[in-house]
Amino acid sequence: MAMGSKFNIFDHELVPEHILLSKEEAEKVLMRLGVKCNQLPLIRSTDPAVRAIGAKPGDIVKIVRKSKTAGISIIYRYVIPS
Amino acid sequence: MKYLKAEDIVNRVDSLINVLPPSIIEELKEKLPKFKLTEEELEKILFTVVKEYEKSLVEPGEPVGVVAAQSIGEPGTQMTLRTFHYAGVREFNVTLGLPRLIEILDARRTPSTPMMTVYLDENHRFDEEKAKEVGRNIETTYLENITESVEIDLISGSILLTLDLEVMRDKDISVENVINALEKLKVGEVEMVDDNKIAVRTDILDVNKLQKLRNKILALKLKGVKGIKRIVIRKEQGEYVIYTEGSNLAAVLKVEGVDPTRTTTNNLHEVAEVLGIEAARNMIIREAMGVLEEQGLDVDIRHVMLVADMMTYTGRIRQIGRHGISGEKPSVLARAAFEVTTKHLLEASVSGEVDELLGVTENVIVGQIIPIGTGSVQLLMKSTSSRGKT
Repeated sequence: MAMGSKFNIFDHELVPEHILLSKEEAEKVLMRLGVKCNQLPLIRSTDPAVRAIGAKPGDIVKIVRKSKTAGISIIYRYVIPS
Repeated sequence: MKYLKAEDIVNRVDSLINVLPPSIIEELKEKLPKFKLTEEELEKILFTVVKEYEKSLVEPGEPVGVVAAQSIGEPGTQMTLRTFHYAGVREFNVTLGLPRLIEILDARRTPSTPMMTVYLDENHRFDEEKAKEVGRNIETTYLENITESVEIDLISGSILLTLDLEVMRDKDISVENVINALEKLKVGEVEMVDDNKIAVRTDILDVNKLQKLRNKILALKLKGVKGIKRIVIRKEQGEYVIYTEGSNLAAVLKVEGVDPTRTTTNNLHEVAEVLGIEAARNMIIREAMGVLEEQGLDVDIRHVMLVADMMTYTGRIRQIGRHGISGEKPSVLARAAFEVTTKHLLEASVSGEVDELLGVTENVIVGQIIPIGTGSVQLLMKSTSSRGKT
C-alpha cells in the first residue's frame, strides 16, 4: 500500500518553505527586527516541518509564505522544545 | 523626447524591492514597460505608487484586532444559522455557515463532519475506473459490509458466514482475502464450506462468548484506511476527485495513486500534526474564507490572516475563546473582564499576580488612556543629570 519512498511535506501546497538560519544569520535578523528571540512567533521542535529541516530548540526558522496580498511574505519562528 | 527602454524600467522597479511588496513590484514590471515613458514620468509614477502604498498601510497603534473582530463579526450576523451544504452528491452533507465558522475559531479537536478532499496522481486522475480503484483502497470495508447473513452453531461451536459475492466483486475482495484475514485473527479453524460460505470452527461452547466472537469477526477490517467511512467520486475540472466522509490524513497520503501534494482534510489538528503549524495556518485561512465566501460575504482576507496568525503563533493551534487567546491573556483584569470575573480575581490574588496595565481592557478598567493610536506614544523627559552627558 505504501509508496515506498517517504513523501516530502514541502511538496504539499499548504506547506511553505522553511529555512534553518545559521547563528550569525539569526543574530542579524534579531538585530534588524529589534526583538529578542522569545518575542518571535514560536514553532515546536516536534513540528513536521521543523523535523524535516533538522532544526533544534533555540534555532530560528525563516518561513517564506506565499501571501495572497503581498505575493511573498517572510516571517521568522523561534523553535521551542515541546 | 527620450523614452526609457523596457529593461531600464524593470531595473528601476526592482530597486524598490525593499519599499514595495513583491506583488506590486510584479504588477509594475508587467504593466509599465507597455507604455512609452520618459525617466521623469517613470519617477512620477513610482513616487505616486509608493505614496499610495504607504498611505494604505496600517498606522502604528491602530487596533487591528478590534477591526478584524468587527469585520468578521458583522457579516457573521447575516449568516444562515444552520446550513448544510451538499458537496456534490446528494447523500453527502458538510457543516457550513456559522456552525462551521465557530468550529474553526474554537479549534475543535474533530469537526462535526470530518471530510477529506483526495486528489489523485497523474496516472489515476483521468480514468474513472482507476479513480474507483484508489477509492476502494481508501474506503474501509468491514467483513460486516460483505456478509449476507451470519449463523452461530452452538452445538459445534462454529460461526457460519454467508458472503455477498456481488458486493465483494464491487469492492474487489476475493474469498481468499476474507479467509486470510480471518486466519490472522487466530480465533479458530477457517474452512470454506461452499462458494460463498465460510465456517469458523472454534471449541467455544458458551453462548455469550460466541456472540462476542461473532461481533469481533464482523468488525474485521478487510480493506481501506481507518476512519474513512464513505467515499464519493466526482469529476471536477476534467479530473476525478475523491471526497471522503471521515478523515485520516497521515494514512491517506501514503495510499498509492493519491496525489500527496494537494490532498487535504478539514480537520485542522490533523493538518498541524501531519504537515506542521504553517500548513495549519494556511488551512485556517482557506477554510474560514471558504465558509464566508460560500455565504456570499465579502470579508477581506487580511482580517482572517490576522486571526489565523493569532491562533497559531504559539506553535500549536489555540482557540479564540476561553481556553485560548482570551483565556491566556497576561493581564488579570483583562481576563476578569472576559468571563467568570471572581474566579480570575481570586486566583490572581492568591498567587500574587501583578498587572502591568499594558493592554486595552486593563486601562479602561482603571480609567487611564488606552494604549491605542496616539495613546500608545509615551514621552520621556531627559533628566538634568543625563542632559549634560549627551
